[in-house]
Amino acid sequence: MNPANDFALQCPLPLRDYPVITMAHGGGGLLQHKLLENLFWPAFQNPLLAEEHDGAVAVLGDKPLAFTTDSYVVRPLFFPGGNIGTLAINGTVNDLCMCGARPKYLSAGFILEEGVSMETLWRIVQSMKSAAEESNVQIVTGDIKVVDKGKGDELYINTAGIGVVEAQALSPSRVQPGDAILLSGDVGRHGVAIMAVREGLDFETTIESDCAPLVEPVMKLIGSGVEVHCMRDLTRGGMATTLAEIARKSGFRIHIEEKAVSVAEGVRGACEMLGLDPLYVANEGRFVAFVAARDADRALSVLRSEPSCADASLCGSVLAENNPIVTLKNNIGSTRILDMLMGEQLPRIC
Amino acid sequence: MKYMDEYRDADAARRCADQIRRLVTKPWKIMEICGGQTHAIMKFGLDEMLPKNITLIHGPGCPVCVTPVELINKAIEIASRPDVIFCSFGDMLRVPGTHRDLFSVKAAGGDVRIVYSPIDAVALARQNPDKQVVFFAVGFETTAPANAMAVYEAHKEKLANFSILVSHVLVPPAIEAILSSPTNQVQGFLAAGHVCAVMGYTEYEPIANKYRVPIVVTGFEPLDILHGVYMCLKQLEEGRAEVENPYARCVRREGNVQAQKLIRDIFCVVPRKWRGIGEIPQSGLGLREPYRSFDAETRFGVAGYTVEESSECISGIILQGIKKPVECPAFGTKCTPEHPLGATMVSSEGACAAYYRYRKIKRDT
Repeated sequence: MNPANDFALQCPLPLRDYPVITMAHGGGGLLQHKLLENLFWPAFQNPLLAEEHDGAVAVLGDKPLAFTTDSYVVRPLFFPGGNIGTLAINGTVNDLCMCGARPKYLSAGFILEEGVSMETLWRIVQSMKSAAEESNVQIVTGDIKVVDKGKGDELYINTAGIGVVEAQALSPSRVQPGDAILLSGDVGRHGVAIMAVREGLDFETTIESDCAPLVEPVMKLIGSGVEVHCMRDLTRGGMATTLAEIARKSGFRIHIEEKAVSVAEGVRGACEMLGLDPLYVANEGRFVAFVAARDADRALSVLRSEPSCADASLCGSVLAENNPIVTLKNNIGSTRILDMLMGEQLPRIC
Repeated sequence: MKYMDEYRDADAARRCADQIRRLVTKPWKIMEICGGQTHAIMKFGLDEMLPKNITLIHGPGCPVCVTPVELINKAIEIASRPDVIFCSFGDMLRVPGTHRDLFSVKAAGGDVRIVYSPIDAVALARQNPDKQVVFFAVGFETTAPANAMAVYEAHKEKLANFSILVSHVLVPPAIEAILSSPTNQVQGFLAAGHVCAVMGYTEYEPIANKYRVPIVVTGFEPLDILHGVYMCLKQLEEGRAEVENPYARCVRREGNVQAQKLIRDIFCVVPRKWRGIGEIPQSGLGLREPYRSFDAETRFGVAGYTVEESSECISGIILQGIKKPVECPAFGTKCTPEHPLGATMVSSEGACAAYYRYRKIKRDT
């Protein structure tokens, strides 16, 4: 070794501006955000899109309607706690709920790969039927396309939905200093459940996805007269990414207490083993609500009266500080920043 | 959660920090070798619990940071071949080669897969006899036994379509390289608990003797680390330089003898190039003769690749503890995980990435 060159550690500039789409562009992190910011939003720009919400709210005639869409490409198709069909209904239903809307009508588009078994399709459609009934929505239009064997992953579903808005406008831009932040239950179950099945990881207890409709708790919260400013479900990118987006859009610092964020023991164990942070793991039946501080306790008891939100907590608040970041006070008493990740979390080497 | 919450207890951590404060009479610089420990320190804010005159220096114990660019290029070259299924641990996929990373290879149609164990790659080779399955075998002594086991199994089953791209590095030669550097500032080490779980700690004893440095085998939870720091400082204050093992719940002096035998059977010690440091003699592992046919570099004819690395970033100085990541003018401005200028900002275990992700808010909240 030449002593003059000792520890001249460096590396070349990693890729950020990929010339092609990579998996990380779909991970809900910074790369996806950049893709929206640089490619999609400038092309489609309009005031409704600029809200960057889970769905758009437009007034048609005298009624404010919420409109949203989502595509489902989950693998495997069936997992503990649900399947691609239940996800496709609940995901879109929940996006409408986050706009303060009661979901009414859904569309369902299927892209089927040649060779997918009729039984698989039947089971998925039956689950969609049950999920739709549970949330009292109707699937009123749809589409089927078949692609060559090898050109799809058995099946993909797209759903879009319309709902009638029952709340005052909900938006990150309505978030105010002092707002209390409610978390509807434990986090990280969906992502870990999927990963466990996909990678054949065996844990002592099966971790079930939290996939569930949010209509009941959300409508109850809105109906209780609590002053809600913003709601978001904690899907791709998890709780941390969702809060980072809201902080960025609202312009205020969001502060969270780790001890108020519940993570199931199996999920914690799996995350420790894989080197993942449960705060960045996807959920399919959890949301955060930003409510006026004076209504915090009432909002919490309303949520807790719903069986699916029995473990709801007051997990943090919005600070009067014009600094669009999210901070977390951990159990040992120090505070750190929760940033948006580049893409999906990657399991670590050791 | 059992065996975790006990070691993250806030009161116990405070008591340990108080003990450290009472113990220390002068400034000391301690290096934690492992990137996992660096992350725990930043994540839990442990550095802030220590007296101001104690400096923690973040060592080169991140496999992603020390894997040289040329090896990434070799991985990319092999993974791009249509007959190859290229398997890797997740965090290697985002590390850039000279022109692109393994994510880009995947996007261009390469069959690149994230696996959780090299044994999964052996299974893939079994299931895909018409494909060449290559596993990217990076890491320190921690990952070596599993990689050795994969080669052992493939050899036993005569799986001619399995190979590994090896870039194993060893901790003791890295410690020696740091200690023999003329600009060295490190006065004590926290050895990486999981490396010692495999290798034991007898090989650190001659180093502690020769360089008169305390080395303390340390775990990864907040209390493990604080306790390791305490024991290291105690030695420094008392003028001792020994190897101590407070991580006895995982580490024995002789280590995991069976795992070591497996490593010795499959691998031999070879010179290795470290990213940015250059070649360190006897600092890595390569495949031993009867298993050399499993070497992907030879199989795919990429052994001759070399890449000159430029030197814009100061991570070398950071790894010596002369500067902290936050003292780099590029930190958090020109250099972020999104736009990294150096390996220490690329990897999830790199010191700069840890500082960036967990950078703390000074204000009380």
